[in-house]
Amino acid sequence: MTDQPDLRAAVAAGVVGSEDSFHVLLSAIVEVARSIFGAKASSIVLLDEETDELVFEAVVGEGEDSLLGMRYPAGKGISGWVLATRTPLVIEDVEQDPRHARDVAEGTGYVPKGIMAAPLLTEENALGVLSVLDRPEQSLFSLQEMELLGLFANQAAIAVELLLKARKAERLLDDGDGDLRVVARLASAVDALEDSRRKAGLRLLGELADMLGA
Amino acid sequence: MSEVAAHRWDASQSALPAWSLPKDAVDRIALPGEWPERVTRDWALGDATGKGIRVCILDSGVDDTHPRVGELESAVVVSLGENDETIVDEDGEGDVSGHGTACAGIVRTVAPETSISSVRVLGANFSGSGAVLLAGLKYAVEQGFDVINMSLSTTKKPFASTLHELADSAYFQRTVLVASAHNMPVESYPWRFSSVLSVGSHEEPDSLAFFYNPSPPVEFFGRGVNVEVPWLGGRVLTVSGNSFATPHISGICALVLSKHPELTPFQLKSVLYLTASNVGGGK
Repeated sequence: MTDQPDLRAAVAAGVVGSEDSFHVLLSAIVEVARSIFGAKASSIVLLDEETDELVFEAVVGEGEDSLLGMRYPAGKGISGWVLATRTPLVIEDVEQDPRHARDVAEGTGYVPKGIMAAPLLTEENALGVLSVLDRPEQSLFSLQEMELLGLFANQAAIAVELLLKARKAERLLDDGDGDLRVVARLASAVDALEDSRRKAGLRLLGELADMLGA
Repeated sequence: MSEVAAHRWDASQSALPAWSLPKDAVDRIALPGEWPERVTRDWALGDATGKGIRVCILDSGVDDTHPRVGELESAVVVSLGENDETIVDEDGEGDVSGHGTACAGIVRTVAPETSISSVRVLGANFSGSGAVLLAGLKYAVEQGFDVINMSLSTTKKPFASTLHELADSAYFQRTVLVASAHNMPVESYPWRFSSVLSVGSHEEPDSLAFFYNPSPPVEFFGRGVNVEVPWLGGRVLTVSGNSFATPHISGICALVLSKHPELTPFQLKSVLYLTASNVGGGK
């Protein structure tokens, strides 16, 4: 538990902030995506590798009260296809697709007519899917919108990557014997101090590091 | 198929080593130079229906009960066993997302008499889907399809070299691998390989319009925006994306090959270039 990467992650978790702030970021991304496209709803689902499911992490618009945290199988449906193939797509009249209706809309009463979906990609991994539901009916889809969706998905992927790193660090802290949590608390406390007190705090920690022979 | 097979050059029947050409062997590889003075679209695909050409849809399966798809030559599902061995079964489930059905419908619209097969590589689980994709492509290449439609890609670097080998094998055995280009800022495969025919989208509402891209890696643009396609449950949807542009080009390849089955992928690319809507007036 005390190798360098774990320790760094623990300190980072202390400084960077809680999962809540990442959720605020993801919510902001889906909110902007929804407004730019004039859509009824937008969401981000992330892959839970352990259960092979997609989980709603951010939802704005229709379904925002009921979808958050909801899960469905990652191998099937439109999001499953987007995730597995790493390829964005746009479908209108999704309400006629019984699989989509079953996957996403079950229990919410909201069945979208159209979906734009793009994968959230880091270098090699597909982390999840950004969806924009129900653009205005009168507008035909254009390639420019596809580009825009890709840009948003890219931004969301960066936020998601940070979120996953923070979660991993949190897990390390929780799974450990508590030693690292002290380090994270110290890092968080010092980071929150004002100028002179911050300097004093850092000096004190420096002395402590010297004393421990670090 | 026999008509097509007759045009395939069988290396095992030749005394020539593949990597050199002795002086006295030149006559033996003489090929008919039956190109028209000008390669026109009419020469390339006029009145063609895709008859005799076998197209494989490597995707989420195909619903063959949809009237816009019709009968399939075969439908299999590929999975991996406990020791990562490839398992190929008859596909009883059909399509797990609707996408494969859409691709098959596009190919059927463009090349109505072409023979369509489905190789399903999606749907079991998300995890391991990259390895299944690879196994499915290998299986499809081994089946000797004329065209393999691949509206999907992987970002996994470890798969790149195997995909490259498969793409080259397909290229040399006269199987045209038509692959969807990625329009997001990531490295993905196999569309970037020069042995495949890579496809992006154009916005023209014409299924036979296609454009050559003078700035590769994307080589051709096919119809990929607001396309009516068959979907699950007998539905018809309007869809957009490079993954729908790809089967348009696959269908066009089937048309050209049904008229000119002797063409190699290299020659087929040249014909597509010469007859593209933005080259020499696209006539």
